[in-house]
Amino acid sequence: MKLSSGTIRLIIPAASLALLLAAVFYMQPRAMSYTGLNLLFNLAVPIALATIAQMLIMSVNDLDLSMGTFVSFCACVAATVLQNSPLLGVLIFIGAIAAYAGMGVLIHVRELPSIVVTLGMSFVWGGLAVLLLPSPGGTAPSWARAIMTAKPPLVPMAIVASILIAAVTHYIVMRSSFGVLMRGTGGNDRSVERAGWSVIGIRAATYALAGLFAILAGIALVGLTTSADANIALRYTLLSIAGVILGGGEFVGGKVSPIGAVIGALTLTLAGSFLSFMRISPDWQIGAQGAILIVVLALRLALNRLEKREKHQ
Amino acid sequence: MNLQKFLSEKPWIWSFAATMIVWITTVLFTGGASSFGLSQAALTFAAFSVIVGIGQMFVITLGPGNIDLSVPATMTLSGTLALKLMDVQDGMILFGLMASIGIGLIIGLGNYILIKALRIPPIIATLSMSFIVQSVAIWSNRGLRIKPPETLAGFATSGLLGIPNIALVALVLSVIAWVLLEKSIYGRWISAIGQSRFAARMAGIPVDGTRLVTYMLCAVLASVCGYLLASFSGGAALNMGSEYLLMSIAVVVIGGTAVAGGNSNIPGIWGASLFMFLVVSMLNTYGFGAGFRLILTGFIIIAVILLAGGKKSIR
Repeated sequence: MKLSSGTIRLIIPAASLALLLAAVFYMQPRAMSYTGLNLLFNLAVPIALATIAQMLIMSVNDLDLSMGTFVSFCACVAATVLQNSPLLGVLIFIGAIAAYAGMGVLIHVRELPSIVVTLGMSFVWGGLAVLLLPSPGGTAPSWARAIMTAKPPLVPMAIVASILIAAVTHYIVMRSSFGVLMRGTGGNDRSVERAGWSVIGIRAATYALAGLFAILAGIALVGLTTSADANIALRYTLLSIAGVILGGGEFVGGKVSPIGAVIGALTLTLAGSFLSFMRISPDWQIGAQGAILIVVLALRLALNRLEKREKHQ
Repeated sequence: MNLQKFLSEKPWIWSFAATMIVWITTVLFTGGASSFGLSQAALTFAAFSVIVGIGQMFVITLGPGNIDLSVPATMTLSGTLALKLMDVQDGMILFGLMASIGIGLIIGLGNYILIKALRIPPIIATLSMSFIVQSVAIWSNRGLRIKPPETLAGFATSGLLGIPNIALVALVLSVIAWVLLEKSIYGRWISAIGQSRFAARMAGIPVDGTRLVTYMLCAVLASVCGYLLASFSGGAALNMGSEYLLMSIAVVVIGGTAVAGGNSNIPGIWGASLFMFLVVSMLNTYGFGAGFRLILTGFIIIAVILLAGGKKSIR
């Protein structure tokens, strides 16, 4: 059987997720149930959405260091303005998407490094979040709460949502013509431009789409936690980058995989639960997470070598 | 002299100009009363950013994708372990410094082993490393906050002729870094690698050795900074490095070092570090709340990079 390199890219993330899941089930058989799975993967939904947003930015060779503060800001908006006056809340979100598109245009036109622009924006989003919610509080909109705590038959919501996110973004990024242009821009923007497309437009649209997914991440997070605070999602910046890489994405060249990114986010979430099941002392949990990251990446290297060898034959 | 050419050759001018403007606005607002205290505080706190910024600059010069995210964890671990080792005894000060440098060397080596052996992008390698380092710091930090030895604390908090000692240390390190960068073969090598790693390899430059040394240098500077910061603030804390992650990157970029690598400058780091501290204190004196302060800081960073970092200085 001949596997495409895209499929091979997915094998390691999927295998590591399966392995971790098997280990968790072995240690705690009761996790192998509807409620158990839901509890294990609940927090993965917002992380998966943020990872997808980061992946979109990475597909055009940029990096968003403001992801964590932006998701926190969106969570604060969702828990305050969107709850009290939905129309204004939606307007703020539209403004935020426009800000993301503007950021894409700015980065492209002035050829600025995305790391620095998003670094600056991370202060802006953080400040706005503090203004909205100086102390933890707010209430989740009831519909967001209802969606996140829904109990579909047979398969828990967290799994349904993850599959849905993966399917939708797979269609956008891998199947639609926009997705091809986006990845093409990451691969070689000059040739996309020569082919008659507006690279500014593509980058602006990519950033806007990333903004939209990050907003969804904020709403999903508030739906789970019921209230928000200005620092609620700060660790999402690093988690989202790690998720994309774990899922087989690359920093440059437009090589990304939406399904892989969702799996990467699930793996990172599960790694946390796995470590608490292992009864590892809290001191070492962060370190063990780092070690898991290293092991998975080492496996990927081994597989990439295999892939290369097959190509040479 | 052609002004535009002069400006594009010296991208650090911008950060110093911005610093002067902010300093003058702040001093004018307080009626000149604070100028000495403000300058001294700015020099002290900027010095910490300068020390970590120099290390980060060497790494960033290596080219796209090179960045060290383990800086905050390294600072924390070095500060924690050094103070623990010195155990408030003045005789152990030098020993503590050596230990802290040793920690930096080990972390830098570990970073590069991950990057090279596992072919992980540096951003993820140093991130994974920082998780592990942070864990070690949490594990070793349990219990009481240990004070630094008295002589060391005295050194870190006092000054010479009105200039804080910390700033003098940062100045000495900057001069060494400048000589390394501008006058030594090592400086030529890292610039060459940053401009084109392939061409550098073809030209016979020991690419791996140079990158290894650079990552170790960055980690050592971070751990020395952690050692000094812990002595200055009277003890190590687990979150003491956290603000220096973004800071170390911000000062490098605002200072005019090309993020794409291959071109760096040290005076800019001083300008940018002073600027970053003064902006915060300016907004404080004007009585802005935390939210507005953050928003304005963000917009100022973007404005500076827009002014300084356009197409001209990159090409």
